Amino acid sequence: MAQNIKGRGAPGRKWMLTAPALIIILAAAAGPLLIVVVYSFLTPGAYGGVTWEFSWDSWVKVLFERDLFGDELTLATGNLTIFARSIWLALLTTIITLLAGFPTAYFIATRPRTRRDLWLLLITIPFWTNLVIRTFAIQDIIRQEGLLNTALIKLGIVSEPLQILYTDTAVLIGMVYVYLPLMVLPVYASLEKLDRRLLEAASDLYARPRSVLWNVILPSSRSGLIAGSTLVFIPAISTYVTPIMLGGGKRLMMGNYIELLFGQGKDWPYGSAVSIVLMTIVMAALLIYARAGGPRGGAHG
Amino acid sequence: MKLHSIAFATLAFAVSTTVASAEGKLSIYNWGNYTSPELITKFEKEYDVDVTITDFDSNDTALAKIRQGYTGFDVVVPSQSFMPIYIGEGLIAETNPGQMENGKNIAEDWANPDFDPGRKYSVPWLWYTSGVTVNTEDYDGDVNTWGLLLDPPESLKGKINIVPEMNDIMYAAIRYSGGDWCSNDKALLKKVHTLLKDAKQYWASIDYSGIEKIGTGDIAASLDWSGSALKRRLGNPKIAFGFPKEGFTYGSDNIVVLKDAPNMENAKLFQNFLMDPENAALNSAYTRYPAAIEGAEDFYPDDMKGAPELSIPEAVRSNGELLRLCDPDTTALYGRIWLDIQK
Repeated sequence: MAQNIKGRGAPGRKWMLTAPALIIILAAAAGPLLIVVVYSFLTPGAYGGVTWEFSWDSWVKVLFERDLFGDELTLATGNLTIFARSIWLALLTTIITLLAGFPTAYFIATRPRTRRDLWLLLITIPFWTNLVIRTFAIQDIIRQEGLLNTALIKLGIVSEPLQILYTDTAVLIGMVYVYLPLMVLPVYASLEKLDRRLLEAASDLYARPRSVLWNVILPSSRSGLIAGSTLVFIPAISTYVTPIMLGGGKRLMMGNYIELLFGQGKDWPYGSAVSIVLMTIVMAALLIYARAGGPRGGAHG
Repeated sequence: MKLHSIAFATLAFAVSTTVASAEGKLSIYNWGNYTSPELITKFEKEYDVDVTITDFDSNDTALAKIRQGYTGFDVVVPSQSFMPIYIGEGLIAETNPGQMENGKNIAEDWANPDFDPGRKYSVPWLWYTSGVTVNTEDYDGDVNTWGLLLDPPESLKGKINIVPEMNDIMYAAIRYSGGDWCSNDKALLKKVHTLLKDAKQYWASIDYSGIEKIGTGDIAASLDWSGSALKRRLGNPKIAFGFPKEGFTYGSDNIVVLKDAPNMENAKLFQNFLMDPENAALNSAYTRYPAAIEGAEDFYPDDMKGAPELSIPEAVRSNGELLRLCDPDTTALYGRIWLDIQK
């Protein structure tokens, strides 16, 4: 009898043990998200906030816009431009950090074991300071009377200072600098595990260096490359500080747009709807990651 | 028994400390970098009160937070254009600062404003005018026009900063197009929209911190406010501030007491304290904005006395008007125009 009760009770108790985690996930993660979803179907209140009246308007506004001065609906090119710009800049950032991050990670992974920690430490140093402060530093480097332009003029490479600050290039420079470590670290982690004997074997079989890179190193560091790309892409697409401080805030990305809608736009439901669009893009990126980065099938041999 | 008495003593101690600290507290919710530390120290000493300051970065943020209900803040400093919302929604207490001991010190222009007739709720924190700050090394013509930002001369193109304050930029564009503030005339707003769309290509940035870059190569002109312009000029004498002839606004930020303020009496004391000219001047010395308190000028630091940015010249006085809040529909329409410009 006692055994019987115990047998029945155990699964219940096991479930109880996971309860704290479930509560945290539900209350801390899903809860606020749910509020955002609900808000996106409400009507904006006067001077901010929401009124509890159901409306599809915000979702219509994501894709279509009513002409400012008439009533006809047209495709919301403004919104689509912002979405496209965010995705484009995030993709470019991912590609550039990939191109710069892979050799860096390879360099570190091929140092003697005792030195690697030092190099890794150097990579993580930027994380010791706040993002805003690092962005200020970049501002100071690229502005007209900044380090870069002063150096270029002194060296006689240019005669007029280059306008870099407040352009898309500046945003890109900022994002690449900020997110590079997020690429280097996972790539390093996968390269470090790479069995060097494979490289030797490839060379012994007369593979040229390029062929070793393409056929041995890259495939075996694939999971690191994909993890790094995801880690860079996701924060890059929701970047907020960089487009304002380096881009001058006149070519918005999705994060800025959402802030604007909640703040001066005073349209919380619309802001919620755009937030959900952003989350969907992030989710799509994660799905691609899960598909591509999961355990490899037998196809790769 | 012994355990009991220890527990009791602990309890008594806990109670006594809570009561003691609750008596001497004041929690201020204000714009960042907008409260003179000297002023606070003086208030703390004079009334034996512990002051904490929390920052906000926009009227919208502050309002959203306060609307949520109890915040623990005692006083908050909204811009005057937001005052009708605070009063209308019953968020603040009627403390009658106009009738307080120092109430008579409020400067004549500010003693009976539209947004708070008879000063039933608010005490002026500081006041300002909107205008144009220009580096005269880049442009040496007339600085008293919004044209510098909206239809800029060659030398300023690509070096203009706009502060992302919807009301200020919309006001500038509407007046420059010959309209009246809060107008919802479609033909006029269409003109305003086109004007801003065309002007944007010449703007370098739409950012608060852009103001600080005037005089560096990147920014040569900006939408600005009086005290901020003074700060810039003290750093670089080539920087000038203009009162646009098409019309400019003046406004104030005002300190009000929240309805559910935990330290109501201290909040009132603070309101009264601020209407003392010497105290108001401390705030001005720190922020560089003028106080709306009679006689505060006498206590200004020397570099602020007679500063051209801080007082509206008699000749252009009629071009200025108090910035007021438009009705929700018009505000929403302006918001959509401004949003569209920023995309």
